Amino acid sequence: MSKFETVIGLEVHAQLNTATKMFCSCQLADYMAPANSSICPVCTGQPGALPVTNSKAVELGVKAGAALNCHVNGISVFARKNYFYPDLPKSYQISQFDRPLCEAGSVEIDLKPSGSKTIRVARAHLEEDAGKSLHALGSRALDYTLVDFNRCGVPLIEIVSEPDINSADEAYAYLTELKRLMQWAGISQCDMEKGELRCDVNISLKAAGTQELGHKVEIKNLNSFKAVKDAINHEIGRQTSMLESGETVAQDTRLWHEKEQKTVSMRSKEMAHDYRYFPEPDLVPLRITEDRLEAAKAKIGELPRARKARFMKDFGLNNYDAAVLTSDRYLSEVFDASMNKTTKVNAKAVTNLIAGEFLARANELKIQPEDYLSPKTILPANLAELAGMVTAGTTGPSAAKTIFAASWETGKKPEILLRELGLAQVSDTAQIEAWAKEAIEANQGAAQDFKNGSEKALGPIVGAMMKKSKGKANPKLANEMIKRLLAG
Amino acid sequence: MLTATETVELVKGQKLTASAALETCLKVIDERDGEIGAFLEVFTDSARAQAAAVDIKAASGRKMGLLAGVPVAIKDNMAYAGHRMTCGSKILEGYISPYTATAVQRLIDEDAVIIGRANMDEFAMGSSTENSAYQKTKNPVNPAYVPGGSSGGSAAAVAAGFCPIALGSDTGGSIRQPAAFCGVYGLKPTYGLVSRHGLTAFASSLDQIGPFASTVKDAELAFSALAAHDPKDSTSIERPMMERPFNMRSLRVGLPKEYFSDMTGLTPEVAAAMEKVKSRLSSAGARMLEVSLPNSVYALAAYYIISSSEASSNLGRFDGIRYGASVKGSSLADVYRKTRGQNFGPEVKRRIMLGAYSLSSGYYDAYYLKAQRIRTLIKQDFDEAFKTADVILTPTAPTTAFKFGEKIADPLAMYLSDIFTIPCNLAGLAGISFPTGKSQNGLPIGAQLLVKPFNESLMFGVIKELEHAA
Repeated sequence: MSKFETVIGLEVHAQLNTATKMFCSCQLADYMAPANSSICPVCTGQPGALPVTNSKAVELGVKAGAALNCHVNGISVFARKNYFYPDLPKSYQISQFDRPLCEAGSVEIDLKPSGSKTIRVARAHLEEDAGKSLHALGSRALDYTLVDFNRCGVPLIEIVSEPDINSADEAYAYLTELKRLMQWAGISQCDMEKGELRCDVNISLKAAGTQELGHKVEIKNLNSFKAVKDAINHEIGRQTSMLESGETVAQDTRLWHEKEQKTVSMRSKEMAHDYRYFPEPDLVPLRITEDRLEAAKAKIGELPRARKARFMKDFGLNNYDAAVLTSDRYLSEVFDASMNKTTKVNAKAVTNLIAGEFLARANELKIQPEDYLSPKTILPANLAELAGMVTAGTTGPSAAKTIFAASWETGKKPEILLRELGLAQVSDTAQIEAWAKEAIEANQGAAQDFKNGSEKALGPIVGAMMKKSKGKANPKLANEMIKRLLAG
Repeated sequence: MLTATETVELVKGQKLTASAALETCLKVIDERDGEIGAFLEVFTDSARAQAAAVDIKAASGRKMGLLAGVPVAIKDNMAYAGHRMTCGSKILEGYISPYTATAVQRLIDEDAVIIGRANMDEFAMGSSTENSAYQKTKNPVNPAYVPGGSSGGSAAAVAAGFCPIALGSDTGGSIRQPAAFCGVYGLKPTYGLVSRHGLTAFASSLDQIGPFASTVKDAELAFSALAAHDPKDSTSIERPMMERPFNMRSLRVGLPKEYFSDMTGLTPEVAAAMEKVKSRLSSAGARMLEVSLPNSVYALAAYYIISSSEASSNLGRFDGIRYGASVKGSSLADVYRKTRGQNFGPEVKRRIMLGAYSLSSGYYDAYYLKAQRIRTLIKQDFDEAFKTADVILTPTAPTTAFKFGEKIADPLAMYLSDIFTIPCNLAGLAGISFPTGKSQNGLPIGAQLLVKPFNESLMFGVIKELEHAA
């Protein structure tokens, strides 16, 4: 047991899933788009230009509040955060300060190997992104800086957790859950490679069992969940050894260096900014009516944890299966739609088809999750029917694969395909016995090995039998028949 | 010179072409602006092209706009696509606007002709136009005197007969005070009625665009062309105007007792002129009554905190990175320091420092927040006063125009020029300055009429009746 406890708070910036920027009508440029191809007088800070709030961004902010269990304020206020930097064209960022859109929420995370924990969310507020400064072109360092304003004005939600996180694993679990919630509710696509999700870590250590925290260290430049985990572990090690040797940890902002796997100091407290926040006079306070909040909640519907619990309770799924199905909103909807067409008895078979055949095929054909319930995939009624056939033993596993693919392709009912393709499972004892005899005949060596006690030797014989029967032999009966014949 | 109303009538009746109206103005400008210095630039080419287009429209018999053929000057802080805009500052020397301000576009849509950009105090900070980085503007009534400010160029343009209408912007009196000094009408509309989109921000919560005119009718005409909801300005208000019939005999005119006290520096000549306005109103049947605006004594202080705070943020964008003046330096901070240090004038720097200080952590509550509280109290004072009064009458400025250099070295004396106009901006009201006689040495004196938000038509009505009775 370590002498120190770790206290972590995370600040996550997620890009809101809108078509246009936060305060102007510029399209959100693809991250590979040419520099400065999506800019206007507003997002480049021309004199006289004024911001107009993107109402879609506000709607997504309200949804985030609902998804994060937050109190959504009826009135919130945009504020200017003032500082000078070339990629900040107005010399201030429009953000929210003392009256944010969302406050006092929580996120439930899963712990390993079991259990869960509540991480409180202090606040979530709307703001605009800054532009991008380029100090190098490829590997060539520049003696000047280029600025790309495509990102400038991109709508963000900043989600600030309370310092309730106590390990790298918990931070990882929190981020994973946050990402799932954002994607689930359509708030953000959270693609870290495209800069749609960014995370800063605030970390400090305290002596075990005490309340007094050490100085806070902020870690920036974390480009993946793994980087967050690695940086936290590195920082715990660094601070622990400092404390153990009697040093104090200074308040600091540090950058994570991926290659060297270490954090390096960026600026100290002396350089701390005074952002001179004040209410943005160009925008009126943001009003969220009860109706608007309720509409947002209704649009999100059931959240993943509630859905998972329902799948377990109503359909008797185990924890693992329910978790797989609710890892993605659309996948869970395929399950719900299929279960609508069948009974609880078939829940396990439906799950297996979705987690197996459905996902494999969807990935292979690069079908986006939002299209899972579309004519591009299999009809839920057909999926349900096939599951029923599997449960009843009408069709075996390999035939079920063939039928699934055919139904996906043609939209035909599995019962019909079973007949058309002649794939009905054969359980007739006489036929099974005939196939079994032929298989043993053709695999004398293996038969002898089995008789000598090698269980493994059964494999080639069963394989030969399935081949002869074109996969139609009931596998359970086939196994039993071979064993009986060899024992006899 | 023809008034705007007359010009529109003649152009609509095809008795005068917009081109001819423009040429008359250009000729007068050519003759006299060398002396006055109202314009930083006359848009001769684009104005001629615009006038020609208006003439083609009139000749084709199409319905003409409210300002058909009227030459209008714009203050040099309003964006007009393809045209220079400097805000009277070296830091924007050579800057060309990539888009057009809504107010300017509305004039163009109503068939007005944009004749040029008028001189102003740098970034609208000042009361004499002496803070322009480019030139002095003389008061056309007596060139030894300042025209007032910050919209001094626009006021002088109308007073000198260069154009019938000019646009100004008013943050604490920058339309009304120069209107009084130059003997013309100057209107600051209700906050939110005229779009600020394209107006270079000084203090966003106070700035408002309004017209200068030589008659009350022209001021009203220009106002009706300008006032409209604009989705590009979130503080723009979507609300119909109050069109209330009124009767002079039942009109209650409030006189704020604090404004007529000795504390305000009101000169005897201005006080005497105010007495005349009162008696004219009385004889037209209006009732005079005393109102109290007790928190007005704090207005000046609150105004300089709020406006400077907003300005310190608004003017941050002039950093030498994307447009305007840029001075090379040894580091990024050095580029900022040199660009801003060498290209902002002393008054602008003073206000940026004052504002940045007021907003800084540890001082915010004592300055910015307190000033905002005073602002609320001032607004409440007016709400209270308007319970008993329909309009409020005050002097526009405590003095008539002063001489060049007289106050430039003493910022506080200069700030006092706006003591009567500032509360109107803090409270978001509408106010107009109208000429009401002259001093012994022939300098104009202005009176200010304040009304509740959206009651501009009452304001115009009262002045028209007053002038009709005279």
